[in-house]
Amino acid sequence: MILDALIILIKLALVLGMIMNLAGLLTWAERKQSALMQDRIGPNRANIFGFTFYGLLHPIADGIKLITKEDFIPARANKAIHSLAPAVAMFPALVTYAVIPFGDILRVGGREINLQVADLSVGIIFIFSIASLAIYGVMLGGWSSHNNYSLLGGLRAAAQMISYEIAMGLSIVGLLMIYGTVELDDLVRQQGYLIGGWLPQWGIVVQPAAFFLFLCAAIAENKRTPFDLPEGESEIIGYFLEYSGMRFGMFFLAEFADIVVASALLTTLFFGGWQIPFLMADGFHLPGGFSLALPHLLVVVLQVAAFGLKVVFFCWFLLLVRWTLPRFRYDQLMRLGWKYLFPLTLANIFITGLIVLALA
Amino acid sequence: MAMVVKDNNGQGFLEKIYIPEIIRGLLVTSRHFFKNLFNIKQVPTIYYPEERTEVKWGLSPRWRGRHRLTRKDDGMPRCTACMLCATACPSHCIYIEPTESADPAVEKYPAVFMIDELRCVFCGLCVEACPCDAIRMDSGIYSLTEYSRANFLYEKDVLMATERGYKD
Ligand code: SF4
Ligand code: SF4
Repeated sequence: MILDALIILIKLALVLGMIMNLAGLLTWAERKQSALMQDRIGPNRANIFGFTFYGLLHPIADGIKLITKEDFIPARANKAIHSLAPAVAMFPALVTYAVIPFGDILRVGGREINLQVADLSVGIIFIFSIASLAIYGVMLGGWSSHNNYSLLGGLRAAAQMISYEIAMGLSIVGLLMIYGTVELDDLVRQQGYLIGGWLPQWGIVVQPAAFFLFLCAAIAENKRTPFDLPEGESEIIGYFLEYSGMRFGMFFLAEFADIVVASALLTTLFFGGWQIPFLMADGFHLPGGFSLALPHLLVVVLQVAAFGLKVVFFCWFLLLVRWTLPRFRYDQLMRLGWKYLFPLTLANIFITGLIVLALA
Repeated sequence: MAMVVKDNNGQGFLEKIYIPEIIRGLLVTSRHFFKNLFNIKQVPTIYYPEERTEVKWGLSPRWRGRHRLTRKDDGMPRCTACMLCATACPSHCIYIEPTESADPAVEKYPAVFMIDELRCVFCGLCVEACPCDAIRMDSGIYSLTEYSRANFLYEKDVLMATERGYKD
């Protein structure tokens, strides 16, 4: 009993540690990567005794700065909600991670440990229901500040997130139809099967269109360029206009935590989660008949590492998109969401249904 | 000369469906990313306080830096306190107090010559107005930093002590 609780606590610490550290690292990665993409150098000044560690100390310096800054609450703001909103924004990003499996079942000493914090039977539906709560943090932040600009920013965010949530939810229906499950660990396990003996049955292979639709909707859900109209940090300013210090920092961190979650979801749904092609529970089995037996522990470690690598890759990719594409106009954003993504997801479901029926 | 104007304004089919163009853009930015990731030295950034443009490339001789007052051979200021620069100055930031000179060949010279560099707009009109080539902006100093506003009132001794900043 105590051991079970301990295992869950360790898994929690692992997952929370990974997501928070990755989110913190992303604040550095975003600056460094954008700098490299634009032929600049990026953060390189914060140092300890002259060692800058490639600017890695900047997130720490920023954290200290944000915590020690004045925490300003506007005079006529709703104090309770104003203080609560950043936490509400941060919460969904951390909770969705609970159901994402980061490894196969680990067997130690006759005990089976599922490498997933909560093995819910509703998996993916849980993620979408929690993710839709993210709107509240943004809207409450915008509304409680008693500032018209932040209110408008909150409204823009709400309209955008509701619109794209539909496309996001519908885009994976085809995937669920093919795998016939909403449990994420089951979904990942099924992606390990091979089509024709050599092609891994990953989500991107069976549902390439859904991948692009989901990617698009996920970036829009993250409220980042090219869909960053809710904040528009360079000119229009959004829902967190009246926030300062660490409260602003929490909105900021929530955005990066959202990137990690989006990357984890993309990995889990479309890139085989912790699967490595041809790596089965007992070792590698290549299509040519070549096989290499590996101990169980090594296989699990490899799988967890593969999951981490894929997530980091998608974080990199999302940052790349953010620093490449210019922002949409608001009407273009709405048109893309409702007139293109939404019908396309419906068409994707319809075609997938036809194919599933034809193959059955 | 024949000129070909390609004016499709992104209205071709491939541009309209947007996705190939996005991929092209992503390829451009990721090419820069990887090029700089493996060879950060080729980035044209100048590490400012340690590295300086005037050392790396040199300044243009026409470039206007902080003022300096030129000196005669005997070390006295060339300035005759004629007030032409103070009159020409659009921001009224030159303050001169003329006084009689002990030297019978010289009529007067500035007892106080003060420029408020915070109000100065670096237009160079004072240099053009001066009939004696007494005030110049060729010190090559572009980074004016002080701890208080009062320190930005540059006095005669500082202005005279400054040398020409760069070679032609
Ligand atoms: S540069 Fe222009 S503004 Fe500055 S002192 Fe000379 S005349 Fe005045
Ligand atoms: S114009 Fe030249 S000579 Fe006349 S007061 Fe100014 S610096 Fe002196």
